[in-house]
Amino acid sequence: MIVLKDVLALLEGELITPATSPEAAFRKVFASDLMSDVLTAAEPGSLLLTGLANGHVVCTCSVADLAGVVFVQGKRPAADVIGQALAKNLPLIVTKMTMFEACSRMAGLVEDGGHARR
Amino acid sequence: MPAAEAVFRQDFPVKGGDFAHAGAVACRIKELLKDLGLDAATVRRAAIAAYEAEMNVIMYAWEGRMDLAVSPDEVHITVDDRGPGIADVELAMTEGYSTATREMRELGFGAGMGLPNIKRNSDILHIDSRTGEGTRLKIVIRRNGHGAS
Repeated sequence: MIVLKDVLALLEGELITPATSPEAAFRKVFASDLMSDVLTAAEPGSLLLTGLANGHVVCTCSVADLAGVVFVQGKRPAADVIGQALAKNLPLIVTKMTMFEACSRMAGLVEDGGHARR
Repeated sequence: MPAAEAVFRQDFPVKGGDFAHAGAVACRIKELLKDLGLDAATVRRAAIAAYEAEMNVIMYAWEGRMDLAVSPDEVHITVDDRGPGIADVELAMTEGYSTATREMRELGFGAGMGLPNIKRNSDILHIDSRTGEGTRLKIVIRRNGHGAS
């Protein structure tokens, strides 16, 4: 399992939903800007890395049982999106790193390379 | 699903072009199915199929309705929309084929995975579309541990 506080340290990230627990844990990592791909291929319990910062990200995570989101390149969702995430107890992290750098660093945390093929 | 077989039934309006509320119906369906005590895997499949179907109405149709019916063995989601219809259903079922606009893609949708993903998450999918009139999707999901596999 990948623990949220380790993700924060590795990605020099900011937890923008402070009410969520830093001990939250994730089974897998999935990276995409396409919510259609998230709905198709991400596994339940995954941490999503994305450059998309609108309310559809929170809704997609809720529908597909994803457990947290990292917004790359300093993209910060609007206050209402953060509110939606808090209501669903979904931790949101912002990192200034690019998608590539964030994924590269996360790969070091994940034993099987991030996302097992089905 | 005949009304007598359903233990729970509710329908929801969906407005074409209403991106601000996209996903609201799918999230509500997910909450209802969880409250009804369905297993997590069935709830997830139904929620994903409902979300993709809801997005299709919002992106392509003028208006629609989604009907949720739950029996002891199955979840049925029927989506009726009034809109342009699907000219070539077989082509629309091809992964990656899309007629989405740039605005839709910027929202993270319109990657040509909608109908294929509904099929992937359902046990039965019927599509009846009439060009210039609209489309009806009948989605059937067998509950885990219930009915035929």
